[in-house]
Amino acid sequence: MATITQPRTQTDTPAQVSSGSGLDATLRVVAYAVLVFVALLMFVPFAFSVATSLKTNQEAIRLSFSNMFWPSNPTFDAYRVAFEANVARWFFNSALVAAIWILGRALFDTMAGYAFARMQFPGRNLVFLLVISTMMIPGIVTIIPKFILLQEFGLLNTYGALTLPFLADAFGIFLMKQFFESIPVELEEAARIDGASRYRMFAQIILPNAMPAVTALAIFSFQGSWNAFLEPLIFISGSSPNLFTLPVGLANFRQAYYTEWPTLMAMSVITTVPLAVFFLIFQRYFVESSASSGIKG
Amino acid sequence: MVSLARARRPRNPLAAEDNVAGWVFLLPAMIIFVLFIFGPILYIFWLSFHQWSLIEPAKPFVGLDNYRTLFSGDADFNLALRNTIWFALGVVPTQTALGLLLAVLANRKLRGKTFFRTAFYFPSISSSVVISIIFLWLYSARGLINYVLIQLGFPTPRPPWLSNPRGIIDMGLGAVGIENVSVWLAGPSVALLSIMMMNIWTTMGTMMIIFLAGVQDIPNDVYEAASLDGASRRSQFFDITVPLLRPVILFVLTLGFIGTFQVFDQIFVMTSGGPAKTTITLAYLVFQEGFGNFSMGYASAIAVVLFFIILMIYLVQRRIVGETAVR
Repeated sequence: MATITQPRTQTDTPAQVSSGSGLDATLRVVAYAVLVFVALLMFVPFAFSVATSLKTNQEAIRLSFSNMFWPSNPTFDAYRVAFEANVARWFFNSALVAAIWILGRALFDTMAGYAFARMQFPGRNLVFLLVISTMMIPGIVTIIPKFILLQEFGLLNTYGALTLPFLADAFGIFLMKQFFESIPVELEEAARIDGASRYRMFAQIILPNAMPAVTALAIFSFQGSWNAFLEPLIFISGSSPNLFTLPVGLANFRQAYYTEWPTLMAMSVITTVPLAVFFLIFQRYFVESSASSGIKG
Repeated sequence: MVSLARARRPRNPLAAEDNVAGWVFLLPAMIIFVLFIFGPILYIFWLSFHQWSLIEPAKPFVGLDNYRTLFSGDADFNLALRNTIWFALGVVPTQTALGLLLAVLANRKLRGKTFFRTAFYFPSISSSVVISIIFLWLYSARGLINYVLIQLGFPTPRPPWLSNPRGIIDMGLGAVGIENVSVWLAGPSVALLSIMMMNIWTTMGTMMIIFLAGVQDIPNDVYEAASLDGASRRSQFFDITVPLLRPVILFVLTLGFIGTFQVFDQIFVMTSGGPAKTTITLAYLVFQEGFGNFSMGYASAIAVVLFFIILMIYLVQRRIVGETAVR
């Protein structure tokens, strides 16, 4: 398990030693060809959606070799329609919800992770096991009780439903526990000699030192909340479009106007750009976590 | 005696404080977990024994009736189970094999390795709704996929991809003159196959990244020794790489099966279970029964079945990993 603070730099380690330079060169070319082909395969759908978002409805369905990845008359009409359909409000909702998820998890997951890593109290191991074992349970399994509970609380169709159930999560707690187990105890021992309580120690020493791990946690929380679909879809009814997040708004728009491809693609682009920017800045965190744990938010 | 022992200075001066402080630190996270995870898991069992409708005030206890309906040939449940199994069996081995292949290819001195890794990984962090909408467009009658196929002189499915309920094995057998195969043998519909291909496209990169970490952990001298002994590349791959990656392969397979058994977003956005119910999955059926038909008791019974399927996948993996460790 690699640590969060120092993503492993991948060194070039050719797995196979050369046993014949001619064969090796051929293999290299084949490897390149396959990798480039797959990279194109990954890239084309996104490029095509950007191109479509700049077309008119008429041009979009008249596909030709020349207008495939660039429209003959680029227009921002689709984006205008998207904003008229309230995409700015959905964007705001997604951003607000993401901020609340991040704050909640940065605090609650960190506290819980610290307790599991460093403190001795009755029931600790059992509770940790229970928390970890929920990681494999799909959201759809518990969606009905969650819905009923939020209804009882009167929280359906509020920001509360979009945030409250997500203020702590098993993966984040696990991440933070791993982190705290990797940092030296000496930090705390110094504070202990000064007679600091656990609470003061946490606020003044632990939390400031945990920032690299909290950053990773924040990134995963952002990705999780930005892409969350099932819960927002069910907790916010179609009659409250002002509370839609981007994915829910997008799915709703698709049900109503299923052939407005340029507008649908414009909305897709608007939804994807923040994630893409985030990904490019923080990609080592994503790649590292996936390599070490394989858990996708 | 007890009080005497306690009076002794504890080894860790914080130990006494931690008995309380530990739970104080856990409290906020535990409130969320009890309300929204632990509680709901217990509650679905209770709900599954009731006739529980959102719109009816009376919610009578019905014992095992919901399960009896499920297993005594509820057509939709059978369909959903069959579709989900096809989905998992089609997607998981393919994405695992492709992920492994890409990892082995990418694990050499190549320029632009970081670029490839970024490109392959991006789809799996993107929104599933966005990807579904993009592919809806790609698969449409006048979309990019049909355009390319037509340009290259290939036939395109009619009706187009996501509206085509014909089973693919049925189509294959039909081509050689065998008609009227049974529903189980008909295979996934063209529509389901389309979603499966999209799913492979999305997850392949994640699988590659996981494998890449595993491949890089294999020491180079193992290959050097093998090639000195004259082992071909093919036998190096099957006799060294694959066996040494066994735990990673198992992990990727488990992750894949757990993931595919809960597929929902793509179905909701792309087909709503159609055409002719050939893309209904277990997760989609939970949604449809619970929030479309308001039969939340019945939907909970399906959720319980789904829960046990995933638990079983997990336990099988644990068992195999355990055996490997003993060996």
